[in-house]
Amino acid sequence: MTSFGKFVITATLLIFVSFATGYAQHDDTHKSTEMHETENGRKKFEPGNFIMDHIGDSYEWHIATVGEKHISIPLPVIVYSEHTGVHVFMSSHFHHGHESYEGLSIAKEGENKGRIVEAVGNETLRPYDISITKNTLSLFISIALILWIFISVAKAYSRRKGQAPKGLQSMMEPLILFIRDDVAKESLGEKKYKKFTPYLLSIFFFILLNNMLGLVPIFPGGANLTGNIAITMILALFTFIITTVNANKNYWKHIIWAPGVPWWLKVPPLPIMPLVEIMGIFIKPFVLMVRLFANMTAGHIVALGFFSLIFIFGEISVGAGYGGAVFSVAFTTFLFFLEILVAFIQAYVFTLLTALYVGMATEESH
Amino acid sequence: MEFLFVLLQAVADYGSMGAAVGAGLAVIGAGIGIGNIGGHAMEAIARQPEAGSMIRSNMIVAAALVEGVAFFAIVICLLIIL
Repeated sequence: MTSFGKFVITATLLIFVSFATGYAQHDDTHKSTEMHETENGRKKFEPGNFIMDHIGDSYEWHIATVGEKHISIPLPVIVYSEHTGVHVFMSSHFHHGHESYEGLSIAKEGENKGRIVEAVGNETLRPYDISITKNTLSLFISIALILWIFISVAKAYSRRKGQAPKGLQSMMEPLILFIRDDVAKESLGEKKYKKFTPYLLSIFFFILLNNMLGLVPIFPGGANLTGNIAITMILALFTFIITTVNANKNYWKHIIWAPGVPWWLKVPPLPIMPLVEIMGIFIKPFVLMVRLFANMTAGHIVALGFFSLIFIFGEISVGAGYGGAVFSVAFTTFLFFLEILVAFIQAYVFTLLTALYVGMATEESH
Repeated sequence: MEFLFVLLQAVADYGSMGAAVGAGLAVIGAGIGIGNIGGHAMEAIARQPEAGSMIRSNMIVAAALVEGVAFFAIVICLLIIL
């Protein structure tokens, strides 16, 4: 790799990572959301809040809790309010959601729970919020990781022409060939697969890497990005746009006038078949979105539920806590292996279905 | 019978109970569906072991699609509870 290329990649990585080199936050007076003081001073563990905090988005990246102290990475808050203008500051000013700053605060309950709201007069409004939240930072980190892996693999291929693959190449090559041969060529045909293979490879590796990063328990992983329905919605939207833009006349003809269906299902006053087909145009990407989101979120909820069992048993007695921990760790380990398999399967199914939809849309008539 | 009625009254939060029952029914559907897929795949592999890996990958794809449908129901039930 040229030294300029190395410089560009290092600079890009540093820019993305520089968002994270904030200062770890210590706060002695803060009580965490999942432990509350009871009358006799003991903390009660609330698994519901614990799980929701871990699978949701937040304005700071929580690393650990030592006793009463939270250690988390504060993230930039960028908010535009129609009443008070632009606010840019680090989320450490909120002190884990307990204080307000410049008229903005994190709502504790209601429909905007966990998000920044602004107190205007008597009501709380939600301003335009483009903060760098935990999920956004995780997106940047996974983008940097994907760029680094694939640019170095591409450079290795051009440098080592005609030689056997070595190192990172040999890890990526089977996956790339698998997507190209068994997914793209199968569904799109020999003539058209080259046009869509870059998109298929991109979404496969993007979803796979983000699923895997969501399983890592510590920074820079653990942010549950593919369990954020906005991310899966954008991926499904891309598939919808690519399918619709590249569809040929046969596709539209099959939707309005499906062949092989009796005529009385296709004509007004009640053209059932065309209506169902038109609904199908929108439902297919919608199902893609919900499938990926629900699989990832459900997996994380179950894993966190198994972890919470330790603390729930610990509430009953310390011995029950230690004993329950043995089973809980065993279940959670099994579940992590299952989740790795699910990560691969979900990435593969998303890519396969996208290839199938694009293939059906660009099919020649027969 | 009366015990069940007493239980019903005691729960009183019909929304959450409906969500719980719905989730359970969804799991029954997913279990039957994926069990069918797995069973037929086993028979097919027993008939023709050389096609084993092709059958296995198709089985996994079909299982993921059925699971997707079951997750729809889970998401709706979660939305009711939360």
